[in-house]
Amino acid sequence: MIDPDRNHFELFGLPATFRVDAAALDRAYRALQAEVHPDRFADAGDAERRLAMQRSSRVNEAYRALKDPVERARYLLSLRGIDAFDERDTQLALPFLEAQLERRERAADAAGRGDVAALDAILREVRAESGERQRSLETMLADADRGDAAKALVRELRFLAKVSEDVEAMLSSLDA
Amino acid sequence: MALFQISEPDAPARRRQHKRAIGIDLGTTNSLVATVRDRIPVVLPDDEGRPLVPSIVRYGEAGVEVGYEAMAKQARDPQNTIVSVKRFMGRGLVDIDDDRRFPYRFVDAPGMLQIATRAGIKSPVEISAEILRKLRERAESQLGGPVDGAVVTVPAYFDDAQRQATKDAAKLAGLEVLRLLNEPTAAAIAYGLDNRSEGIYAVYDLGGGTFDISILRLSRGVFEVLATNGDSALGGDDFDHRVFCWAIEEGKLPPLSPSDARLMLVKSREAKEMLTGHDAAPIVVRLASGDDVGLSLTVETFNRITQTLVQKTMNPVRRALRDAGLAPEDVNGVVLVGGATRMPRIRRAVAEFFGQPPLTNLNPDEVVALGAAIQANVLAGNRDRDDDWLLLDVIPLSLGIETMGGLTEKIVPRNSTIPVARAQEFTTYRDGQTAMAIHVVQGERERVADCRSLARFELRGIPPMAAGAARIVVTFQVDADGLLSVSAREQTTGIAASIAVKPSYGLSDSDIARMLRESFEHAADDAATRVLAEARVEADQLVEIVRNALAADGALLNDDERAGIEQAIGQLVARRDGDDAAAIRAGIDALNRASADFAARRMDRSVHRALAGKRVDTLV
Repeated sequence: MIDPDRNHFELFGLPATFRVDAAALDRAYRALQAEVHPDRFADAGDAERRLAMQRSSRVNEAYRALKDPVERARYLLSLRGIDAFDERDTQLALPFLEAQLERRERAADAAGRGDVAALDAILREVRAESGERQRSLETMLADADRGDAAKALVRELRFLAKVSEDVEAMLSSLDA
Repeated sequence: MALFQISEPDAPARRRQHKRAIGIDLGTTNSLVATVRDRIPVVLPDDEGRPLVPSIVRYGEAGVEVGYEAMAKQARDPQNTIVSVKRFMGRGLVDIDDDRRFPYRFVDAPGMLQIATRAGIKSPVEISAEILRKLRERAESQLGGPVDGAVVTVPAYFDDAQRQATKDAAKLAGLEVLRLLNEPTAAAIAYGLDNRSEGIYAVYDLGGGTFDISILRLSRGVFEVLATNGDSALGGDDFDHRVFCWAIEEGKLPPLSPSDARLMLVKSREAKEMLTGHDAAPIVVRLASGDDVGLSLTVETFNRITQTLVQKTMNPVRRALRDAGLAPEDVNGVVLVGGATRMPRIRRAVAEFFGQPPLTNLNPDEVVALGAAIQANVLAGNRDRDDDWLLLDVIPLSLGIETMGGLTEKIVPRNSTIPVARAQEFTTYRDGQTAMAIHVVQGERERVADCRSLARFELRGIPPMAAGAARIVVTFQVDADGLLSVSAREQTTGIAASIAVKPSYGLSDSDIARMLRESFEHAADDAATRVLAEARVEADQLVEIVRNALAADGALLNDDERAGIEQAIGQLVARRDGDDAAAIRAGIDALNRASADFAARRMDRSVHRALAGKRVDTLV
């Protein structure tokens, strides 16, 4: 059942597309864990217990990879042999980078002033831009020839996720 | 009316044997043991009906005392009476912010501190094992036999070293550990199954020495922990300590002796507890010098001096919610756990934050042990049809390794669902490098120095290659107890090394095996003593019964018969003072056989006497 040759989508019985049915993913995940989780084998022998741990770990890993949009896109590309986060090729479009640098400066200023409303606004901007890119990705990833364009977009998405994490950290240090 | 159970023809003839499974809440202040009896989780009380065992261990002149016994003597013998040992689990002396706050003679050992006692140097693992042993014995006497398996709870925010130390203590106490279970998760199980809850729940767990907040999603029999956070060195103890410090200052007291300090701390705690139902509480202490201290602590003062502690719990709450991607208003219910949540100030703060009154319908002292018992029952194999629920928990702190420049590379992020395996590739940074040191750390900070060091090991025998050519995959595997093991493998050659992450200092497996063996050997001595004592008591009772019978009804016997019984009595009396319990047993059996006929005759005669004058058929 937990065949290592199967990809994450096959494991959950889902089509390998960027858009996933979140409820179906949750259902499949829970159904699989109900079968393989180590709690089901707590009174079994060592070998069975180890196997349960490995299988359950595999199901958790697959779920994590499909739940998050950036990870899911990265995984879809990896199925085509494309490493979206190849460390030897970390280029991002200059205008994108400049926009993010400017945004970070604004965020740092807002944090310095203790301006929660301004930080919230920046967070909303970032989320909106992520949403747009996710919609573009959906069409791009459906097209076998546009892997490289998709790769650039995934990298931007990851960058945006990092920016929003940083802004959230600033927000949380303000309410601490 | 009792119904006979008749199994269906094709059903297994016998149900699977019921396993003796227990849940243990090993708390900072109090510990409990619970089990599932007739499908209902119950706490097992002591002979006097008390459910709690104070988590206090005293190494006395005549042996180890645990619980109330130790508690009664703590002020008299503070250096040998260890309270709140849980605070020291998996911790070094450097981790204890103010070691002068404690009266103990600490011994600084690499990694985990130790304490010098009358009975020698003891590690927190050994001290905790005494508490666990007491709970195991309580369970065994009430369940009528050895425990098959136990679930032991730990604070959700315990790191790998603290978890490993707890598991080692349980093994040392002779327990088969089915699972380490996070305390707030245990509470959620007890609460959720009891109330058939669905939705998002926050469990706010302020115990004696630890604070946890867990955010869970309960749906269709799945308990899914979304995020957890906390402070493994913040609890009710700290509130006591604030009161203690206030009392010292307010009473303008000189530095106190260990005994006076312990007494004052006990009185401080009592005052804190009294404030739950009163506006003010007296602190009255007579010091060893004969001086009296008489103070009155008001609710106002208490709230002022503990304000920062209450605030300190709210930051982890915010972080956990953020990690779960939720806002306070998304939470359907807030469950309070831990004795310290009885403080009205805490209840108000939690209610304000979540905009709803917290749920307190389960006893905050017992709910963790009850949840652990439910989990233990299922894990041991006593699963029922309606036990079809699943628990998905997370690790509280990120795991990673040290990279260049003393920085941490996170491999498994916090709040990852366990079990989890994650691999990351690294490479060599010098030409011809043949070994790689792997330093495993846990924590959220970027600098290794700010994280907890869990283990170091080396991968050797990498063939000399250009810098950056070797491909070393480091794999982290965290099991369902939240315990980590790490392996490293060079991909081109297959050279591999691995380590089960144990606190680099703590007890090795062979240490535990040795200590366990020693304790069993002692236990075997104890058992032999007990068997002998029991045999003697039984022999004495039997001899007395038979002698009395001979005196009363000797006329029922002829001379030979009487001589046979007298001889058996003589033999048993002779053996009774020997040390051979088996010989005494044999003597008891012989006397029982020799007097069996006599006993039967006496019984018959009693029946005849009772029936005299009555028609037999009216007696039916």
